[in-house]
Amino acid sequence: MSTSTTLDGARTGSTPVVLGGTRAALWLFGTVLLGVALYYFIGIDQGATSVFGNDTHVHEFVHDARHFLGFPCH
Amino acid sequence: MERHFIVRGMAVGAIGGLLAFLFARIFAEPQIQKAIDYESGRHTAQSALDKAAGLAVEHEHAEPFSRAFQGNVGIGVGIIAFGIAMGALYAVAYALACGRTGKVRPRTLALLVAGGGFLALYLIPFAKYPANPPAIGHEDTIRERSGLYLLMVGISIVVLVAGAWLGQRLQARFGTWNATLLAVLACAVVLGAVMLVLPSFGELSANVEAYGHHATETPLPLRDAQGRIVYPGFPADTLFAFRFFSVAAQAVLWGTIGLCFAPLAERLLGPRPDTNAAPATV
Ligand SMILES: [Zn+2]
Repeated sequence: MSTSTTLDGARTGSTPVVLGGTRAALWLFGTVLLGVALYYFIGIDQGATSVFGNDTHVHEFVHDARHFLGFPCH
Repeated sequence: MERHFIVRGMAVGAIGGLLAFLFARIFAEPQIQKAIDYESGRHTAQSALDKAAGLAVEHEHAEPFSRAFQGNVGIGVGIIAFGIAMGALYAVAYALACGRTGKVRPRTLALLVAGGGFLALYLIPFAKYPANPPAIGHEDTIRERSGLYLLMVGISIVVLVAGAWLGQRLQARFGTWNATLLAVLACAVVLGAVMLVLPSFGELSANVEAYGHHATETPLPLRDAQGRIVYPGFPADTLFAFRFFSVAAQAVLWGTIGLCFAPLAERLLGPRPDTNAAPATV
C-alpha cells in the first residue's frame, strides 16, 4: 500500500517531504478540524448526539445521504 | 505548499462528491424509495395487528422535509459536502505521506492515498457494519450503533497507517513486494480479529431483549398472534442493491479524488520536464 516504486528511473520523481514549520502544522490541523466537522454533521449529528439540541433538521435534511454514505441512521 | 494541497484536495473532493451524487440520484434513490414503501406498508400491517389486539395505534409524525426534497436536494448537499470533507482529509494525508512513503511518484502516491482513504474511511467499516437503507435499524440502539461504527472507522485508520509504517520498516529486509504483502497480511489479521471481537448490531442488548439473537437489525417477517406471516421480512434484493450501490458510489468518490489529484500533484511536486532543475523546492 505504501511502498511502490516507479520503473521510470530517468524521471524518478519520488515525492519530497513538503512540510515544515508551525504554519504548515496549523493549516493541516485546521483542515482536519473542518473535515471532521463536516463528517460529523453529515453523518452523526442529531442521531446519537446533537449539537443543536432536540431537533431533527440536520438529520432529516441529509437523511438519504447519511444512509447511503454508510452511517447508522434512525 | 500545504495550502495548494488543501485547496486542490477540497476541489477534487467536491467533483468526486458531485459524481457520487449523480450516481446516487440515479441508482440509490429508487432503492431508498422501496425501503420507505416497505416501512410504511409494514407500519400499516402493524397498526392493523395492534388494533385487532386492542392496543393503541401509533401515529406517524410529520417530517420537516418532503421526500422529494430529501431525495434530490438533501442527498446532493450531503454527498457533495461529504466529498469536500473527504477531499480535505485526503489532502492532509497526502501532504503528510509525501517523502515518508518510500520512492513513490507523486501521482502514484495520489492513487495510493485515495485507496487508503476508501478502505479506512468506508470499505473496512462497511465490512463489519454495512450501509443500511431506511427501514432498517432500531431507534433505541442508535447511540451504540454510531459509537461502534465510528470505533470501526477509527481502528481502520490506525491499522492502515500502522501497516504503511510497518511496510516501510520491512522493505529494507524483504524488498518492496514482500514487505507490502507482509504489511497487508498484518493489517488483515488485526482487522479480522477486531471484527470478530466487536458485536454485531443484532447482538446489542436492547435488540436481544426485544427480538432474540439475530445478526442484524434487518426487519424480520411480521406475524400475527397465531404465528402466521402477515407482512414479509425486508426484501433481500433491495438490501443488496442498496449496499452494492453504496460501495460503488464511494468507489466513484475516491476514484475521482485519486485520479483528479494525481496530475495536480505531479505538477506541484514532480520534476519539471522543460528544465534540468531539481524538483520544485517548497
Ligand atoms: Zn434514516
